[in-house]
Amino acid sequence: MNPAVELAGLRLKNPVLTASGTFGYGVEFAPYGDLTELGGIVVKGLSWEPRAGNPMPRIAETPCGMLNAIGLQNIGAHRFVAEKLPLLPWAEVPVIANLYACDVEDFARLAEYLAGQEGVAALEVNISCPNVQAGGILFGQDPGQAARVTRAVKEKAGTKPVIVKLSPNVTDITSVAKAAADGGADILALINTLSGMAVDVRTRMPRLANVIGGLSGPAIKPVGLRCVHQVSRAVDLPIIGLGGIASAEDVLEYILVGAWAVQIGTANFLRPDTAFRIAADLPKLLDDLGVTSWEEFRGALRA
Amino acid sequence: MPDDTLMAADAASSPVCREFTVLELRRTGLKADLASPSKDGPDHSHWLLDLEPPADFPGEGGWTPGQFVMLRPVSWAFEPLWARPFSICMLERGVLRIFFQVVGRGTRAMSVLRRGDRIVVWGPLGRGFVVEPETPTLLLAGGIGLAPFIGYARRHPRPDTLRLFFGHRPEVGEYPLDLLPQGMAVEASRQTCAEELACFVGDLERRIAEYAGTDGLILACGPHPFLQAVQSLAVKHRARAQLSLENRMACGVGACLGCVTETTNQALPVKVCTQGPVFWAHELRLGVDLGGNQADLGGKV
Ligand SMILES: Cc1cc2nc3c(=O)[nH]c(=O)nc-3n(C[C@H](O)[C@H](O)[C@H](O)COP(=O)(O)OP(=O)(O)OC[C@H]3O[C@@H](n4cnc5c(N)ncnc54)[C@H](O)[C@@H]3O)c2cc1C
Ligand SMILES: Cc1cc2nc3c(=O)[nH]c(=O)nc-3n(C[C@H](O)[C@H](O)[C@H](O)COP(=O)(O)O)c2cc1C
Ligand code: FES
Repeated sequence: MNPAVELAGLRLKNPVLTASGTFGYGVEFAPYGDLTELGGIVVKGLSWEPRAGNPMPRIAETPCGMLNAIGLQNIGAHRFVAEKLPLLPWAEVPVIANLYACDVEDFARLAEYLAGQEGVAALEVNISCPNVQAGGILFGQDPGQAARVTRAVKEKAGTKPVIVKLSPNVTDITSVAKAAADGGADILALINTLSGMAVDVRTRMPRLANVIGGLSGPAIKPVGLRCVHQVSRAVDLPIIGLGGIASAEDVLEYILVGAWAVQIGTANFLRPDTAFRIAADLPKLLDDLGVTSWEEFRGALRA
Repeated sequence: MPDDTLMAADAASSPVCREFTVLELRRTGLKADLASPSKDGPDHSHWLLDLEPPADFPGEGGWTPGQFVMLRPVSWAFEPLWARPFSICMLERGVLRIFFQVVGRGTRAMSVLRRGDRIVVWGPLGRGFVVEPETPTLLLAGGIGLAPFIGYARRHPRPDTLRLFFGHRPEVGEYPLDLLPQGMAVEASRQTCAEELACFVGDLERRIAEYAGTDGLILACGPHPFLQAVQSLAVKHRARAQLSLENRMACGVGACLGCVTETTNQALPVKVCTQGPVFWAHELRLGVDLGGNQADLGGKV
């Protein structure tokens, strides 16, 4: 079957996108595969000003996962548009800008600027980064704030789809999902990292300078699946599922619980051709399973 | 200044990601019949790992010494999660050779690889050391920091202009000094106690001062405290020195931003994997903790 899929006007050759913060600005991965074979590229979270991020050490390995407290180091929206976007084959593969800000006005300003760029196909709003104390965590954990940010971004996004990326660090993810939908989100993406920490008994120090960071990788796949399952039953918006995906089979697990598309995150670090390999493996797996359309398969969990 | 400013020698190749086959794994410094993998903790043993690259991996001319590869045995599945970075020790006649020391889980798991095992490798990565064939060049290696200098010296057009000053803690027989080319000067100095270390730092300073005075080139690779010492001495004596950093890495390709280091001339921290691992000493601010256990890193000298 043809793995193409369309979500809120966003046309993807296949449902395999890359997750923000794990695929650089896309260009870093060009030596390892053909970027136009991906469903889409979500770039590193962008802020208005460049950001230096958190002190080192800011990554740590954990069982089947990793912790990060990068603190959104990025070159800023302007330099992204001037230096990175022209290097990406955006006419052939949707490039999605992931944006981060500490207040609603900044979110709106960023959204207006990035949505105005021809090479940007959609905006993904990060209301869920657990690394930056100055507001990030609040937007994603408070339904009222989530709706406000979504509304502000949606107003400035013009015709470009707005994806709101949710945090799993809440008691009830469906209430934040509903709030984002009320705020006008076109698509929901979930999940961002889980708040966690790691400790070294010999030095008695936390393994991250920031003490607390975001857990990602295969270890969190069960949480991601659960969240997509719950939200897909509570909200009538297309969902992009992510968290721990490392194979074509993982992709189909997410689609079975209700996702329309997926993002590959930490698995890009396991080997830099992971996303390309998953996109290439998918058609054969669909054939093997006798799947003939996404409509038939999506959400078809027998539960 | 742009994020990707060239700070050291340019990368000579475009990297690829491929599966390699293990040809041979050999423990150094021991008779073959004594070689046995450790089971319950790092033993600080040293190994030479020979891998067979596929035909489309950059060949002998396709890399610069000081560049590295990320290496991840297929058998690891998700545990350990990350690949591990290793300097290219040699890439000759269709063999990629890695020289490594067992320090933790990943390297311990590598010490039980067998002939025929498959390893995912991506590289050559990063920017290597400068080569100035006519300049007297001092190579400063601390422990496993010897690895890139074997390739550097073997590829150098004038090994007679090179001098290696090598500080180590395990017996010198652990290190494959026999792989260095003929005609270069080699001095090894072992430190097993604090007094010997102080003495070593004194020797280091005299050599750095000498090369600074004659406008020579100094290249260093080794544990973080060793590089900090070389940096401060190089700055003090106004020597031209390059340092190769060994920061903790997850991706090796400039995507995770976990390997960064601070520099004196860039606003944002720079990525050691793509903008290094080799930097000019005066460009670095080495005050930051690299994420490694400092006691362990020191112990590796
Ligand atoms: C560019 C580069 C080139 C390198 N070249 C070589 C080489 O040629 N040969 C070689 O033996 N090693 C080399 N290293 C270091 C090697 O990558 C680490 O020793 C290895 O990743 C440790 O993995 P582990 O799972 O055994 O240790 P872990 O279980 O992850 O850690 C065990 C201990 O090792 C220390 N450690 C972890 N990572 C590093 C690191 N990146 N550098 C130094 N110490 C570390 C930690 O402090 C910790 O105490 C290089 C590192 C870099 C960044
Ligand atoms: C190193 C790193 C950096 C990240 N940076 C961002 C970011 O800038 N913006 C964002 O929305 N998510 C960011 N994330 C979260 C991922 O996009 C993803 O939601 C999360 O890692 C879960 O997916 P995974 O398990 O497949 O990695 C980052 C994750 C990692 C590991
Ligand atoms: S190791 Fe990932 S950016 Fe350098």
